[in-house]
Amino acid sequence: MPQATMNLEGLEMVAVLVVLALFVKVLEQFGLFEPVSLENSVEDEFELSTVCHRPEGLEQLQEQTKFTRKELQVLYRGFKNECPSGIVNEENFKQIYSQFFPQGDSSTYATFLFNAFDTNHDGSVSFEDFVAGLSVILRGTTDDRLNWAFNLYDLNKDGCITKEEMLDIMKSIYDMMGKYTYPALREEAPREHVESFFQKMDRNKDGVVTIEEFIESCQKDENIMRSMQLFDNVI
Amino acid sequence: MAAGVATWLPFARAAAVGWLPLAQQPLPPAPGVKASRGDEVLVVNVSGRRFETWKNTLDRYPDTLLGSSEKEFFYDADSGEYFFDRDPDMFRHVLNFYRTGRLHCPRQECIQAFDEELAFYGLVPELVGDCCLEEYRDRKKENAERLAEDEEAEQAGDGPTLPAGSSLRQRLWRAFENPHTSTAALVFYYVTGFFIAVSVIANVVETIPCRGPTRQPPREQPCGDRFPLAFFCMDTACVLIFTGEYLLRLFAAPSRCRFLRSVMSLIDVVAILPYYIGLFMPKNEDVSGAFVTLRVFRVFRIFKFSRHSQGLRILGYTLKSCASELGFLLFSLTMAIIIFATVMFYAEKGTNKTNFTSIPAAFWYTIVTMTTLGYGDMVPSTIAGKIFGSICSLSGVLVIALPVPVIVSNFSRIYHQNQRADKRRAQQKVRLARIRLAKSGTTNAFLQYKQNGSLEDSGGGEEQALCVRNRSAFEQQHHHLLHCLEKTTCHEFTDELTFSEALGAVSLGSRTSRSTSVCSQPVGAGSLLSSCCPRRAKRRAIRLANSTASVSRGSMQELDTLAGLRRSPAPQSRSSLNAKPHDSLDLTCDSRDFVAAIISIPTPPANTPDESQPSSPGGGGGGGASSTLRNSSLGTPCLLPETVKISSL
Repeated sequence: MPQATMNLEGLEMVAVLVVLALFVKVLEQFGLFEPVSLENSVEDEFELSTVCHRPEGLEQLQEQTKFTRKELQVLYRGFKNECPSGIVNEENFKQIYSQFFPQGDSSTYATFLFNAFDTNHDGSVSFEDFVAGLSVILRGTTDDRLNWAFNLYDLNKDGCITKEEMLDIMKSIYDMMGKYTYPALREEAPREHVESFFQKMDRNKDGVVTIEEFIESCQKDENIMRSMQLFDNVI
Repeated sequence: MAAGVATWLPFARAAAVGWLPLAQQPLPPAPGVKASRGDEVLVVNVSGRRFETWKNTLDRYPDTLLGSSEKEFFYDADSGEYFFDRDPDMFRHVLNFYRTGRLHCPRQECIQAFDEELAFYGLVPELVGDCCLEEYRDRKKENAERLAEDEEAEQAGDGPTLPAGSSLRQRLWRAFENPHTSTAALVFYYVTGFFIAVSVIANVVETIPCRGPTRQPPREQPCGDRFPLAFFCMDTACVLIFTGEYLLRLFAAPSRCRFLRSVMSLIDVVAILPYYIGLFMPKNEDVSGAFVTLRVFRVFRIFKFSRHSQGLRILGYTLKSCASELGFLLFSLTMAIIIFATVMFYAEKGTNKTNFTSIPAAFWYTIVTMTTLGYGDMVPSTIAGKIFGSICSLSGVLVIALPVPVIVSNFSRIYHQNQRADKRRAQQKVRLARIRLAKSGTTNAFLQYKQNGSLEDSGGGEEQALCVRNRSAFEQQHHHLLHCLEKTTCHEFTDELTFSEALGAVSLGSRTSRSTSVCSQPVGAGSLLSSCCPRRAKRRAIRLANSTASVSRGSMQELDTLAGLRRSPAPQSRSSLNAKPHDSLDLTCDSRDFVAAIISIPTPPANTPDESQPSSPGGGGGGGASSTLRNSSLGTPCLLPETVKISSL
């Protein structure tokens, strides 16, 4: 019966293959037979977790920033408590910032902020960056603060703010408001806001706002100047 | 908000500079800043161990004790530290919560103690971190189960002392459920057990081949056919007993529907039904096959033993609780059987005279091989068949070995639970005896105090003062308190003997002299005593209503609630007879000025049998009558008066 024999042979082959597979497994157990595996990836993971950043000494920071020694101590203790590794990466930053704005989506604005704090653009905010930024905002002159704000708006850091950049910023700020606002948020609200901003700031109407135009226009606005006093007592 | 959020708030506020130039309206002024003292180190002294931490750390959670101004109550100005008289080891975990934002659960501490600490410091148990949450919940659940078991056992233990007025039905049911309660029940229990055994043995024996009295007919007959009458009589007797038992149980069951649906009653029915069906069935050959099948069901009588054996019940309960593991076992076995049977069938298809005639026929081989039985009635002959057959037996061992430990651990757990329940029942008696002893001890102490006190009043002199001072200040205050209560309610604490005497005297219509001496309004008290019926329960309620009213008056509740409470006891008391004398009592006792004390007494110390309770602010006020009754009947662990906490103000 050729059919039967064919079946038998096929099955015998299968049986032999199964036996071979089991044999290989047994050899693996004994460590005599090491199949090719992706062992490199394991080592990579170790690298990341051991990164730890220490800030420069207290004296240096005192020189660089306008905070007193005690203030720096308090700031560092809080920072280290939250980020034991010494640095904040973008994800953490977004998460922290989102805790203050539960109603809306603050992730875009947080990204912009992160880029503003991360002055050396290495993807992480260390304590020095953190404290330097805070020093400018909280202890700097009005011009310093305006400079910092300009830096925040200038997304590509080319020295001037275009309408698109401003629109992105504006949208991110309005996103933080969330859905439930009064009056209800309209689609065109950010765009209108940007238009009014440019009308105020853009002196030569060339469609971009440079740093000089920006500072000049802000200094002329009393409201803005007065609101700058808000930041004197934050820390 | 979480700990970290507070740290980052200044940063978020600073980042608001980015909104300034865009703002179309003037921004609001910054909130007034309190004097920034800078961060300071606080010292928290917990039972002598000093913990130091930044103030900011504690301020992270303002809705807890340490984070709010509540900690100022514990501030010791002399030493400049916050002193807590609590467990320092537990405090470590609480403080770490402030520092790290995660509450960890200590492994070696009692979970109840941990909970108490959390409650003290104002932390909700939900704050336990994810790493410890599972364990915390498990231990808590275990504890709660154990406590629930304790309570159940206590309540069940009250069973033997059934109220006198129970009906025949209730007594019968109790006799059935707890055979140890009465001799008749015990006798019945053993008789039924004996008959179950007899019935089962008869079933077995009637199939044994007996040799006939005369050796000539060499054929062997089963005993059942040789002595049909004897076996029939035995069977009838057993069935009669079982039927009687079943009907009695049915009659006595508190909920007949539930009883009918219960497993044991089903087993009973299945045990006796075949007999009756056999009686009423015609004896023709067609149905004799069915008749034989019915006889098989007689073997279910053996399950009736589970009423007599706790081990069997445990086994059954275990199997029920492991239903999912058993299901998994069955499912995986079925899968494996089908796979291997198919493979073996096709492997052996070619050989002549093979036993593997079909896949279902191969099932038998697979089952026998996987359970490592190996009868050898079906054996593969081809190489492929042998290889797959060996794989089959190896995998069978694995598949069966996996769910078995789960079942075993379940059984062990349930078995130990049962052991514990039995041990507890044995200890319960000892405990109750001790509780009664303690109660009588404190009552005697109080009565002695009163005697001494009355001796003093009558001008007893110096020699009395000596024996009075032997007791501690604590006891003195406590007794004084009880005395105040007596004066308030115009009732006295007595011991059991005098009470029963008084009761006897009252029922005869005469008033005891005691009641008149205590209360300045003999009419009120007398009418109280004589108007209430001699039944103990009612009198208890009246005394309780009075005592709770007075306690609520004496406790630290605000005066405006007192007015409401004074009115409310009226509906609370069982009889409306109480209303009138109650009001008169109010008038007399109003002018009293007594020490207000907050008491938390776990067990009522001066507990007379009629159980008027001076304690438990939880029980006092409002609708406390029934709950205070219950409080006193539950034996709580704290027995002796020294362990009673009183803080008198």
